[in-house]
Amino acid sequence: MSGFVGGLVWGLAGGMLIALATVFGVWWERKVAGRIHMRIGPQTTGPAGLLQVPADTLKMILKEDITPAQVDVRVFRLAPHIVFVPVAMSLTVIPFASGFAPLNTSIGMLFFLAVPSLSVIGMLLAGWSSRNTYATIGGLRAAAQMISYELPRTLSVLSVVVLAGSMRPLEVMEAWRPWWILANAIGFLVYFISSIAEVNSIPFDLPQAESELVAGYFADYSGIRWGIFMMTEYGAVVAASLFGAAVFLGGWRWLPGAFGVVLFIALTLLLITAIIFVKWTFPRMRSDQLMTTAWKILTPMALVQLVIVGVIVPWM
Amino acid sequence: MSLQIEEQRQTEGPDGRPRQELVVNVGPSHPSTHGVGRVVVHLDGEVITKADMIIGYLHRGIEKMCENRTYLQVVPLTDRLDYVGSMYSNWAYCRAVERLAAIRVPERAEYIRVIVAEMQRIASHMMSIGSAAADTAAATLFIYSFDERERIIELFEELCGARLTYNYVRPGGVAFDLPEGWTDSVLEFTKAHRKALDLMDRMYFGNVIARGRLKGVAVLGRDDAVAWGASGPVARGSGVDWDLRKHDSYSVYPRFDFNVPIGENGDAYDRARTRLLECYESCSIIEQAIEQMPTGPHKVEGQPRLIMPRAGDAYDHIESARGSLGVYIVADGSPRPYRVKFRSPAFCNLALVPKLAVGHTLSDLVVVLGSLDPVFGEVDR
Repeated sequence: MSGFVGGLVWGLAGGMLIALATVFGVWWERKVAGRIHMRIGPQTTGPAGLLQVPADTLKMILKEDITPAQVDVRVFRLAPHIVFVPVAMSLTVIPFASGFAPLNTSIGMLFFLAVPSLSVIGMLLAGWSSRNTYATIGGLRAAAQMISYELPRTLSVLSVVVLAGSMRPLEVMEAWRPWWILANAIGFLVYFISSIAEVNSIPFDLPQAESELVAGYFADYSGIRWGIFMMTEYGAVVAASLFGAAVFLGGWRWLPGAFGVVLFIALTLLLITAIIFVKWTFPRMRSDQLMTTAWKILTPMALVQLVIVGVIVPWM
Repeated sequence: MSLQIEEQRQTEGPDGRPRQELVVNVGPSHPSTHGVGRVVVHLDGEVITKADMIIGYLHRGIEKMCENRTYLQVVPLTDRLDYVGSMYSNWAYCRAVERLAAIRVPERAEYIRVIVAEMQRIASHMMSIGSAAADTAAATLFIYSFDERERIIELFEELCGARLTYNYVRPGGVAFDLPEGWTDSVLEFTKAHRKALDLMDRMYFGNVIARGRLKGVAVLGRDDAVAWGASGPVARGSGVDWDLRKHDSYSVYPRFDFNVPIGENGDAYDRARTRLLECYESCSIIEQAIEQMPTGPHKVEGQPRLIMPRAGDAYDHIESARGSLGVYIVADGSPRPYRVKFRSPAFCNLALVPKLAVGHTLSDLVVVLGSLDPVFGEVDR
């Protein structure tokens, strides 16, 4: 019973964290993108435009939630939640501080990679239930893309697991050594690129492809349901950055106590900013190029990384 | 549900089993149609098997309206043809009128016309490159190129008070003489613009993903470009050495030293890069024109407002940012034209969409459209 209550509390906390991360993440992205574009970004709503995103969120909540006439109503309404919940769940296994991960499970590493992938079912359902050609293509693209990039991403994390000899994130963190950064360099690159693909950010935002599919699988959504899709996207960016900063870059292992946590947050922010920079600099790939990148470049790279780690481990 | 103009076709897949094509309606209200065009694409998976270009959503009957206006009153209508290159339609129309009414334009006016036309070329190409990049999600290049375009528009605003519909080139000259210090601002701009072009070249045309997206897409052969009546950067990107400024030189263009950039492969990359390289040449033409510009009147002195040319017809064409822009006027001796016909390059270039899009993916359709740089005001007229 306590497990259930605890899970509920952490689930809510995870949801709140995603909401907060979204508020801050969107603001930060708009500021960084503004600087890249040689403009200022939001600045009039609240100090430095910080209240712009809460204002937008409020607007989304108050907006009419339109359900188009042709949609499969139940599936259409359910789909945003199926996308959101797995991403929120994935936050629970992240080792936030020494000895502290909300869900300290022995399969944490696998949990983090496997559970957010369930989102793809929601995307597929959203695209399919909209009964709109754009949304359908977007949903199918999402499915193809997420499944393809799962493999290199999982393989890249596998090399960390092999080095640490454990799948429990906290044990991985305890075993973490600074030289792992060098040993895992290729793996980190693969993880970073495939994470961008997993969160559907440019250059891998084909499922949404604003200039082709208008908004892809959530083209027919409006109001807060649309907002949930956007929130999930930022939640996924934050989750991928947190996890990457922890298991690849060492997170809080560099400094003791609270300083370590601050550093962990700084490293996470660095990764988020890197994703934003990529997003606002690169054009979008085409679907065949996307698949080529996943299967012919990233997967072999991840395998090479695994071999490197496999050679190192016996000497440790 | 999207409107369908045709039943979904059944085709046979490579394995011999029947496959149903998906019909997707791109436009008329779509971010990548660059206006209100519509393409009905038949998809087999993601691959386009058939693309129908549907135009006419912006038809305002401008050619017909011209018949009810005096020769001078037609000029503002020509602004509304190619609304990102109004100076061209102004100028092409005025050249035809001047030919018809045998008006000799003062030399200074010709120089001013060349300067504004080349600035318009830069502004138009910036729009084209930027929005074509935005179609491939390169939003930052879009902002950068629109920043450059904005500077030209500001200069035009200073020149004639309008930002888009200039109504500046008039039969017999130009509407106003250059404001004081304007040429200095223009020279300042061309200097800064070259650096911005270098940046754009590195940032977009050197980017591995952009090259992957544009190279080898929508290849138009040299002979096909000629056969389909393509002109401007679309033809030059395919290696057709055809630029009216050089090959049917008009106004004071023979006095300037400039190159005509030619592409090799005829793909979307070459077309877009031809536009970028043309901007460098335009900068050089502007600088030469400002240096050579004589003083004198900016319009024909004592020309009556009501132009009444003899009965007859006249055709003249200029090189607009999109290609050969021709104007044909038939006069019947009255103060109004009997018939005006525009030969718009965007219309002819856009006819290539069904040919170029087939065999590519839906993602490439927006690249095809962007590389042809249609302006629907000119296509539909």
